[in-house]
Amino acid sequence: MSELKFEEALARLEEIVRSLEQGEAPLDEALVLFEEGVKLARFCNEKLDQAEAKIEVMLNDGQIEAFEVKES
Amino acid sequence: MLQPISVSELTKQIKSALTSPAFQSIAVEGEVSNFIHHRSGHMYFSLKDAHSRIKAVMFRGRNQRLEFLPKNGDTLIAVGSIGVYEPNGEYQIYVDLLLPQGIGDLHLAFEQLKERLEREGLFDASRKRPLPALPHRIGVITSHSGAAIRDILHVLLRRYPGVQVLVFPALVQGEGAPASLIDALELAQGTDVDVIIMGRGGGSFEELSAFNDEQLARAMAGSRIPIVSACGHETDFTIADFVADLRAPTPSAAAELVVPLQEDLLREVASLQNRMVGFLERKIRSDRRYVKQLSQSPLLQRPDYHVNQLRQRLDELWTGLGRYQRHGVVLKRGKLANVVGKLETLSPLQTLARGYAICQTEQGAILRQAYDVEPGEIVHVTLHEGSLTCTVEGRHT
Repeated sequence: MSELKFEEALARLEEIVRSLEQGEAPLDEALVLFEEGVKLARFCNEKLDQAEAKIEVMLNDGQIEAFEVKES
Repeated sequence: MLQPISVSELTKQIKSALTSPAFQSIAVEGEVSNFIHHRSGHMYFSLKDAHSRIKAVMFRGRNQRLEFLPKNGDTLIAVGSIGVYEPNGEYQIYVDLLLPQGIGDLHLAFEQLKERLEREGLFDASRKRPLPALPHRIGVITSHSGAAIRDILHVLLRRYPGVQVLVFPALVQGEGAPASLIDALELAQGTDVDVIIMGRGGGSFEELSAFNDEQLARAMAGSRIPIVSACGHETDFTIADFVADLRAPTPSAAAELVVPLQEDLLREVASLQNRMVGFLERKIRSDRRYVKQLSQSPLLQRPDYHVNQLRQRLDELWTGLGRYQRHGVVLKRGKLANVVGKLETLSPLQTLARGYAICQTEQGAILRQAYDVEPGEIVHVTLHEGSLTCTVEGRHT
């Protein structure tokens, strides 16, 4: 699931909730969907909670360093 | 002795001479006269000064975007190319753009470039790409110092505390600015940023001119990463704004457009999760109720109940079947006698037995009237028992 994009995961989660709410899926199928939905929700939350902000700067030579606003 | 050529040939040669680059991208200033806005939508007029006059035509496709209607006496700058109208042997200026007099060189160049790039399709809506809903990492191309970067980072961090940003410092004004911006854009292509904010704070037209650079416009069009332009204030439009996938009026607005509010997304995911759990709980509750209902049915309470029910029914059916068979035979016999009786009353045999006879011609036709036969003809008469062959002796009608 690491290749998945946030918006794809969110879209799939929406689709699952919709099909669960609309469909007449038997319990075993509903459980499979539910399990996928739980994984997607966790993935989305992880993406959202991800780490702290990281502000970096890439210099002309391709070097990356932490960014600090230069005073003009 | 000169070899004469045709008028058409000469005109063609003149036309070809006039297609030299010197006449293909020109700007000429003059006073409008003989202005006609033809029904077809095209505009025909002349431009003149104290000593000369040149015919001009501006086709409908070009003049539709004019922000003013030219009139006789206006002094305007026409941008376009020289061409020859062969049927009349006239050269004229084919106008792409009309600009009011007094527009500065920079503005003139801007309008010309804008016209040209637009015609090339660089601003087409179909080229615009959507931004990612949640960017993985945001590239910011702007000055390393100044208000723009401060504003952008401030808004990004406020909306999305976990934001990942990679800044590509560039000169945003002065002679080296376009090249510096292009370098930064190229540098960004090799990184994992999935959206770019490119811009600077507001300034005069001259200060924003780096964002009106043709090479920068082309570099932006070639970017594999969607670009949000953010040059100056609300009212300033640059070429970069037209080429960008999205134009933000200011650097802060660009930051707003690029990241969602983290809390909005968290709430959305939580809501989906709740709906899903809620559904499952309801589903399990209703399924459990159904199982309970089933388990209380007599069948499950006493497993032999159903078998006994079936056995009893079977017995009933057997009894019924026996009764029907016996009863049925008696019934059928009575019915048969009845039907045979009805058949007998309809049979002609019974009528003959009562003394009637059937008389037929030799061909077998039944005789009902005397004049159907001639005297001397043979007729057959069927009696109750046996038949007669007779000759008609007389006829009485």
